Amino acid sequence: MSATPSSTAYRQSPVSRTVAMLVLGVFTLYFLTPIWWLFIAATKERGDLTTTNPLWFSDLNLVENLQGVFSYGDAILPRWLLNSVLYAGVGSLVATVLAGMCGYALAKYAFPGREVIFNVVLGGVLVPATALALPLFLIFAQVGATNTFWSVFLPSIVSPFGVYLARIYAASSVPDELLEAARLDGAGEVRTFFSVSVRLMVPALVTVYLFQFVAIWNNFFLPLIMLRDERLFPVTLGLYNWNTVVNQVPELRLYVLTGSLVSIVPLIVVFLLLQRFWRSGLGTGSVK
Amino acid sequence: MSRPTRPRVQHPGAIAIFIGPFAVLFTLFYLLPVAYAVWQSTRTVERTGTFGPAEEVFGGLTQYREVIADEAFWDSVGRVLLFGAVQVPIMLGVALLLALLLDSPVVKGARFFRLAFFAPYAVPGVIAAIMWGFLYSPNLSPFTGVTREVDLLGSGLVLWSIANVVTWVYVGYNMLIIYSSLLAIPGEVYEAALLDGAGQWRIAWSVKIPLVLPAIILTGVFSIIGTLQLLAEPQVFRTFSTAVTSDYTPNLLVYTTAAVPNQPLAAAFSVVLALATFVLSFTFLKLTQRRAFS
Repeated sequence: MSATPSSTAYRQSPVSRTVAMLVLGVFTLYFLTPIWWLFIAATKERGDLTTTNPLWFSDLNLVENLQGVFSYGDAILPRWLLNSVLYAGVGSLVATVLAGMCGYALAKYAFPGREVIFNVVLGGVLVPATALALPLFLIFAQVGATNTFWSVFLPSIVSPFGVYLARIYAASSVPDELLEAARLDGAGEVRTFFSVSVRLMVPALVTVYLFQFVAIWNNFFLPLIMLRDERLFPVTLGLYNWNTVVNQVPELRLYVLTGSLVSIVPLIVVFLLLQRFWRSGLGTGSVK
Repeated sequence: MSRPTRPRVQHPGAIAIFIGPFAVLFTLFYLLPVAYAVWQSTRTVERTGTFGPAEEVFGGLTQYREVIADEAFWDSVGRVLLFGAVQVPIMLGVALLLALLLDSPVVKGARFFRLAFFAPYAVPGVIAAIMWGFLYSPNLSPFTGVTREVDLLGSGLVLWSIANVVTWVYVGYNMLIIYSSLLAIPGEVYEAALLDGAGQWRIAWSVKIPLVLPAIILTGVFSIIGTLQLLAEPQVFRTFSTAVTSDYTPNLLVYTTAAVPNQPLAAAFSVVLALATFVLSFTFLKLTQRRAFS
């Protein structure tokens, strides 16, 4: 922490404290009001949505709304949520392992072409994912693999940023002496990585996982272009689809709102739980 | 002629196992698409006679001439540039302000505020846009007093309504990047300034901000990349607002063009857009680095 023991002895005017707290309070309202509104909306009966105070409860109808949204359209929403968990949850796990191994090797082994590989991967960080979506579609179309689970999953498990972060972190946190000691003990390189080095790299790897998770969860263009079959949609694309027909099918409005709430609550919880990893990892990425 | 022998590479097998899988996938799903897009953009469709079969042939820079002449494309580029010129400084400014406030000893309850500011980042762009779309609407909004008077979804304001959605989602994320590098500053750095009797504002301005400049630059580059790629939010807003056309942002235009289908032209748009993104973020990096690190 940056606060030194003497920090309480600063000259602090009550005015600057009040101003600071006021600014923070206003921004708290700005950030949390929409989420609060969404939560309130999801607890209401359809008829109350436009007629009662949007920021406070009326008739509590949350359970019925949840039942309704989960069973609507042959229970497609649970399927979308499961898809998202597979694309983002499993996809980012694979991405983290691949990026961790590659970044580790780039940090800890000397071989010709190492810097070339690293620079090409670094260039990959600057290539926006959306620029890749269309050519990826055309390539998958060549092999007849569009509109499949793999067409969204496979491109998602490549994380150049993960390689970058893993390399920087491995270089500074995995001591060469430790690897030498493991070699003297007769442990193989791969085993040493998975049993020793990975533990030292955990903060960076969790950060890579979180970043990739969010990137896949938020990725809209790729599934939008690739997928036709509703049953393969991630939850974002599914809710987007519902929202486009809200004017024709008014009862969907409440389901779009309830579904949105359902889709963000787990994320917010995971984020808050893993918060300290965000900070340590982000610090690594930006300061060193 | 004998060349100096290179030192033998240690553990080639392990290196192959570690790098191989990523290298293969990176080639397939990054390098190959980039190459494919460039190749596709040099194709053009030719017909023999009015009703003859369409045939794709090499067309050189034909598509790029189309891109240069395409007013809709340049309008959309201008729109996102204007968007970025206003939204990115506001977003980063707020992020910096909040990070500095959370880092100052004046503030109580920093932990709560940090969580509150970061929470919107957990909301995917599509969902955030749907939410705000309802919040802006004249009937559903909790702020109907405002939304009935001011048309937040009309052609005049909708760009800034979208900017607000993007700001809402990303301020907390950028704040956290800046905040973590503030935490990484060792306490001794402040001692001298404190002994000189500098107040908190003075320390923030002359000590903290220069030290976290690299983090701010990083967030700046990512924001620029994000701005040029805008797609999900405007695509969602098409449901709420007729002012958002199918060529509102460059990526929407790519999507629309690909759906025509005119793949070569869509590919050319993509290539130009990726190049522009690259040049812009690279230039920004160079410009700011000279000032930050000289």
